[in-house]
Amino acid sequence: MSRLEGKVVLISGGASGIGAATARLVVRQGGQAVLADRDEAKGRALADELGDGALFTALDVADETSWTKAVAATVETFGGLHGLLNAAGVGVRNSIEDCSLAEFRRVNDINGLGTFLGCKAAIPAMKQAGGGSIVNISSVLGLRGASYAMAYCASKGAVRLLTKHVALHCAQMKYNIRCNSVHPGYIDTPMIAPRLDQSIGNMSGRQWLEELHPLGRLGRAEEVAHMILFLLSDESSFSTGSEFVCDGGLTA
Amino acid sequence: MSGELSGQVAIVTGGASGIGAASAALLAAAGAAVVVADLNAAKDGIGRFVRHDVTAEESWQALLADVLEREGRLDIMINNAGISGGAGSVESTDVETWQRVQAVNAEGVFLGCKYAIQGMKRTGPDKSTSKGSIVNISSVAGLQAGAGSIAYTASKGAVRLLSKSVALYCAEQKYDIRCNAVHPGGVDTPIFDLLWQFMGRDQGKAMIDKRHPIGRMAEPGEIGEVVLWLASDRSSFVTGAEIAADGGITTGLMRRQPFVAS
Ligand SMILES: NC(=O)c1ccc[n+]([C@@H]2O[C@H](COP(=O)([O-])OP(=O)(O)OC[C@H]3O[C@@H](n4cnc5c(N)ncnc54)[C@H](O)[C@@H]3O)[C@@H](O)[C@H]2O)c1
Ligand SMILES: NC(=O)c1ccc[n+]([C@@H]2O[C@H](COP(=O)([O-])OP(=O)(O)OC[C@H]3O[C@@H](n4cnc5c(N)ncnc54)[C@H](O)[C@@H]3O)[C@@H](O)[C@H]2O)c1
Repeated sequence: MSRLEGKVVLISGGASGIGAATARLVVRQGGQAVLADRDEAKGRALADELGDGALFTALDVADETSWTKAVAATVETFGGLHGLLNAAGVGVRNSIEDCSLAEFRRVNDINGLGTFLGCKAAIPAMKQAGGGSIVNISSVLGLRGASYAMAYCASKGAVRLLTKHVALHCAQMKYNIRCNSVHPGYIDTPMIAPRLDQSIGNMSGRQWLEELHPLGRLGRAEEVAHMILFLLSDESSFSTGSEFVCDGGLTA
Repeated sequence: MSGELSGQVAIVTGGASGIGAASAALLAAAGAAVVVADLNAAKDGIGRFVRHDVTAEESWQALLADVLEREGRLDIMINNAGISGGAGSVESTDVETWQRVQAVNAEGVFLGCKYAIQGMKRTGPDKSTSKGSIVNISSVAGLQAGAGSIAYTASKGAVRLLSKSVALYCAEQKYDIRCNAVHPGGVDTPIFDLLWQFMGRDQGKAMIDKRHPIGRMAEPGEIGEVVLWLASDRSSFVTGAEIAADGGITTGLMRRQPFVAS
């Protein structure tokens, strides 16, 4: 169990959901995980539970100096940076008619700008380490549209394409840094919890979402984490700029 | 003038130059009353000019009110205004540049769709129904990277997906408003002025020509024709689509070179 032996992975949104599941897997596979999140209580609790292989650091992904501090804390504690998972994100329901400019900006600042700043902050440290792997979480809603997810679709479309930019830039510069996007279907995490109890017609929100997926169920955070693990590890050394879909067949 | 679009009213943002100006001319030739909404007027521009900044919500409110008062309706919205934002990489781009490019290219299109729907909802035969076509100009940079800065490619990725969200929303609301994205390849417009200054027009153009499988950049009117088709009822079953007009760039494997050796 040492697929990430010697690798230090910084995880934005590491306190919850997909980020937290990835942190557990990173530590279990011999790597070190830095949980960077704005939720201090949950982040610290998980870092404590994971022990010496983990560290919590406070992070607001939409703030550039906050990223500088998180990367510095990572390098100071674990001696380098080899992997970055941009998992911090917010899921917001709004349509083109009811989304305000302020709300559009808030969602895009966290999901879009936050991912850009993460890549930008990590690259110098990864260069120092001789290379690395960046994984950005987009969504099936970065591949397909949804009427109820206006600002979210825009932000995930931005992540899908900025990932390709980072991949090409790093390849051209010969940095030995890869960058890929992951596109989950609906995953059972706190992000979608509020939707599961709502009813849609004569179905519960959970049923409605489950039946969207050809596999007939929601995904689990661990299932996405396994795809991310592959991308963080050297097993994926020829993959860069690609879209990795983990959606139970939803976009098939 | 009578024509396929006579009686219809179109707004073209960024219509004073390049693709927008060519689209405005074709829409007008098809009989539409065209409102060109741009920061600056063109010399001898087509249609009625309204000074407009796509990044400012107040400017959108004023524009829509003005068009509904003067032209009385809105049928076609071409969200075309855009900036390249220079050649920044993930490493060299600062937050200010990122925000400036998103503000014009992504937020500007978001607001354009939002206010277009408000206008089009009053446009149907009895003003209680709605009808219209929204055309958003993305780019090949919204389909694959390597043709622009990180801020530009991210903003065009945003346009690609927000167009789908708008298309589905309008369909669900039974608005009869379609929304599509156009993804042009290289088009010979003033957006390249900076690059021409940097490497000379002939050399720069030759470099971009070569990236297209068909061996050349487009003239603005070639994109204008796609815009016209999407704006008209000829494309009545097309919504949420990505229409590439790119001389084949995204069809095969693209040989990418950095725009500027950094
Ligand atoms: N759950 C799903 O169905 C699903 C589907 C597709 C994509 N995604 C994406 O996966 C990623 C992880 O989502 P999740 O389901 O694990 O959600 P989650 O809500 O469980 O976790 C998100 C974490 O991000 C943190 N966060 C939010 N804003 C932040 C900020 N400004 N700075 C720092 N941290 C911040 C939160 O505190 C939280 O710990 C998100 O980008 C989300 O959009 C989720
Ligand atoms: N030329 C190309 O190769 C190419 C390729 C793909 C996509 N595009 C896109 O096509 C669209 C039109 O580009 P173009 O090549 O015709 O460029 P252009 O520079 O010739 O014209 C752009 C116009 O937009 C206007 N504009 C800029 N910011 C504005 C604002 N805030 N509010 C209102 N108007 C504003 C400018 O004044 C200008 O008249 C852009 O969205 C661009 O990204 C161009």
